[in-house]
Amino acid sequence: MEDAFQQAIEARVAEQHRHHNVAPFFWVWGILLVLTAVEVYLGYQNMEPKRMLVMLMGLSLVKATLIIGYFMHMKYEVSRMKWLTMTSLVFCLAMMMVFFPDALRIISLGTR
Amino acid sequence: MADVALPRTVAEIYEPSLFGTYSKKIGMWLFLLSDSLTFGALLYAYSYGRISTPNWPTPFHSTSIVNATIMTGFLLTSSLTMVLAVNASARGNERNRLIYLLATMACGIGFIILHAKEWNHLINDGLRLPIFPAVPGQETASEFVTVSKTVPQFAATFFGLTGMHMLHVTLGVVYLGIIALRRKFIPILFALWLVAWLATPAYSPFHYGAHVLLIAALVCSLILWLKPKVYDAADVEVAGLYWHFVDLVWMFIFPLVYLMSTKII
Repeated sequence: MEDAFQQAIEARVAEQHRHHNVAPFFWVWGILLVLTAVEVYLGYQNMEPKRMLVMLMGLSLVKATLIIGYFMHMKYEVSRMKWLTMTSLVFCLAMMMVFFPDALRIISLGTR
Repeated sequence: MADVALPRTVAEIYEPSLFGTYSKKIGMWLFLLSDSLTFGALLYAYSYGRISTPNWPTPFHSTSIVNATIMTGFLLTSSLTMVLAVNASARGNERNRLIYLLATMACGIGFIILHAKEWNHLINDGLRLPIFPAVPGQETASEFVTVSKTVPQFAATFFGLTGMHMLHVTLGVVYLGIIALRRKFIPILFALWLVAWLATPAYSPFHYGAHVLLIAALVCSLILWLKPKVYDAADVEVAGLYWHFVDLVWMFIFPLVYLMSTKII
């Protein structure tokens, strides 16, 4: 019983002291900086707002995935943790998109 | 008396965590999920206004874009130093943990200073919310005064979104300060509050916004008095999750608020 309790304590300490190779973090940091530079470049292109919004948000989603995966260590979590947290988040945020068709409708609003 | 088989393994003693990790981390993830919905709603509101308003202002000159890009660099670098702090903490390297945590805080403070500078510049040029006190001697014909009147949702969404984010960064710096320095950070926090309060003019939103630091100092004092402890690797990792989230949100605010409103000459 004593041994098993000790094992449990050690398992918990090991989980807290899980460490990783730091090289991927520097790579991710570099990629994030490059993607930011691309976004700034796109910001100065005279694009139609809807198209620019889609492109910038696409790049932001890539950046968000890198941050969540590497910096927030989601890549190293068990798959149940990944799926339950990320699918619930994406679902809730996607539900808010229901308002966007209304925003587009206002632009072309005319009289019947 | 019959022999009773005693549990011998970890799995026999403890029910395994559903998410394969400790509860403190799961708690922080749940908070972050709920907070991401708050920011999600604000970002969607901003995007809605941007798409549905044909005369949406594009007031950000290159100086604002350069400023915001440097701010982004600060936050990305702070995320790198934060992840290095988490790693150093997991390896038991206390010296590096402290150095990286302080570096993260320095980047966060740099971000707040640049952001405050940007806010002051916009407010002095006439972009304001009705609740802001009037700026003495402000010209009424400047570009931003017109923007505030013709497209009021620009100022409302800009200050609402970036203000909420700045509050999160400020509280993140306080959080990291407590994790890194514990009780030693409390007098620093009071000093920061006094400086922020006394050094800003009465018409500036930062004059009364500085009281966030006072409230934070009081709450942190209470927490450290009720539950004094040495923060371990798990605490650093959980604080890191919060800090990365703040960085993550900025990755959406920067393109939406600044790059979508760039003044192209």
